[in-house]
Amino acid sequence: MILSNILRYSKNIGSKVNGHRLQSTLIVAEHDNEKLAAVTRNALTAAKKLGGEVSVLVAGTKIGSVVEEVTKVSGVTKVLKAEGEEFKGFLPEILAPLVLATQKRINATHVLAGSSAQSKSLLPRVAALLDVSPVTDVIDIKSPDTFVRTIYAGNAILTLKSLDAVKVLTVRSTSFEAAADGGSGSVEDAVPVGSYEKGSGSEWISQELTKNDRPDLASAKIVVSGGRGVKSAENFKMIYDLADKMGAGVGASRAAVDAGFVPNDMQIGQTGKIVAPELYLAIGISGAIQHLAGMKDSKTIAAINKDPDAPIFQVADYGLVADLFKAVPEMIEKIK
Amino acid sequence: MARVLVGVKRVIDYAVKIRVKPDKSGVVTDGVKHGLNPFDEIAVEEAVRLKEKKIASEVIAVSCGLPQAQESLRTALAMGADRAVHVEVPQAQYDTLLPLHVSKILAKVAVDEKVDIVVVGKQAIDDDSNQTAQMTAALLGWPQATFASEVTVSDGNVLVKREVDGGLETVRVKLPAVISADLRLNEPRYATLPNIMKAKKKPIKKLSAADVGVDLAPRQQVLSVEDPPTRQAGSIVPDVDTLITKLKEKGHL
Repeated sequence: MILSNILRYSKNIGSKVNGHRLQSTLIVAEHDNEKLAAVTRNALTAAKKLGGEVSVLVAGTKIGSVVEEVTKVSGVTKVLKAEGEEFKGFLPEILAPLVLATQKRINATHVLAGSSAQSKSLLPRVAALLDVSPVTDVIDIKSPDTFVRTIYAGNAILTLKSLDAVKVLTVRSTSFEAAADGGSGSVEDAVPVGSYEKGSGSEWISQELTKNDRPDLASAKIVVSGGRGVKSAENFKMIYDLADKMGAGVGASRAAVDAGFVPNDMQIGQTGKIVAPELYLAIGISGAIQHLAGMKDSKTIAAINKDPDAPIFQVADYGLVADLFKAVPEMIEKIK
Repeated sequence: MARVLVGVKRVIDYAVKIRVKPDKSGVVTDGVKHGLNPFDEIAVEEAVRLKEKKIASEVIAVSCGLPQAQESLRTALAMGADRAVHVEVPQAQYDTLLPLHVSKILAKVAVDEKVDIVVVGKQAIDDDSNQTAQMTAALLGWPQATFASEVTVSDGNVLVKREVDGGLETVRVKLPAVISADLRLNEPRYATLPNIMKAKKKPIKKLSAADVGVDLAPRQQVLSVEDPPTRQAGSIVPDVDTLITKLKEKGHL
């Protein structure tokens, strides 16, 4: 049976790793075949806290520029490259065996990636193949086996010790600085590339990405978010205008997404994106537990809401009780 | 026609403000309102819709956990699942139960029940792990379609729109496959009183972890569960001018 084969195979890996004293981290790079994703730089900083060698696996259909970029990032020891058509769409069914084989080859004690839709799809699959329990969205690393993460929508902080031989982690990007350039990693081929496509049963068809020129939500210094109070997609233009004036990224509450004011990928919260900008300006957002989970680590929180009892005011450094339809245009006019 | 297994978890109700235990061992669950994990409601709804579209022949709900997990299974049955499997896990082991253990149980039940599709929620709102679908797929050697916002089954394939960071992505996976439901997949129905009554008569098969042959040895040790740092109380500003001034003082504008 497949299940028992996997379990037997993973036990072998486990015993080998146990014999090693030194930490060795494998980071799975995220990219779009042109540029390294910002979350991978955050993961690199997290890896420094683990100590030991840091290898970065770059897999994709066209990875030349990404490999070059990664070699220069501070803290990278080695870049393992895997280029091939089978990596189109970064399907987890195809990437997981590659990550697994690479982990085995370099005897990595830790497999790490920045939290993102892609790594959340891939790393648990890798962990199951290794027969280890992954740790999602780590916010702090206390030691090579002790990690901190949030549970219950950020309302409790869990510190846990992993008892597994190999630690598979995704790290929350807002909790670790982005690693800067200044490194000089070597480059080599990852374990044999090819044939991963066979029998994967999965095929990438297409993507529809939301296009805009505003700063990326995850890395923006200022985020302006709108909620149900904005009332319509047309009214959301006002939020965009204010954000543009402030050089901000634009987010939204679940209510605004569900009502169709904005696309899903703008949702901030427990089940959407987690941001921690210098300034978070919440407009027409009540501040439900699930929304707060995605933004309450922002340095400064400001809120505009006409309901003085809105829970958002309990976390806001500056609250303005006002009709947003008057306050927002006034802000647009007055911010120089 | 496909057979569908849908995984459900009983969690503290999403609207409850949780309390951390004074001894930092966990979160207070006794006497706290519980309900079906919201993402699992969406998974159940999708499974039932597959049956209504004559794509699924049978919908089996499964839950791993304490005896109370049966409440969540009854909810799934009232929403339209045909029967249920409860893999009972005693409190001592439930305290250290992780998605890896649950995935192994789901994988075993999926094989035993000869299902073609496993649907689960994308994450449970208590542990926020977002792992079970991916690990179940890995253990079964099946393809996965996670964070699904649209599912179309035809000719032994599932076309799935997935919610990804920059927007949406479409993948096609061959059956058998594992799907995880995102919020936008559907609007779950309310169970009506007659359906709740009918659900009481639907069978729930009870199994132990030993019955399914899954080792529940702990993989993690909880060192502490604490309250997050509280933010300092802020102030209410009288007008837009003051707000702008304050933000300028902080260097944000």
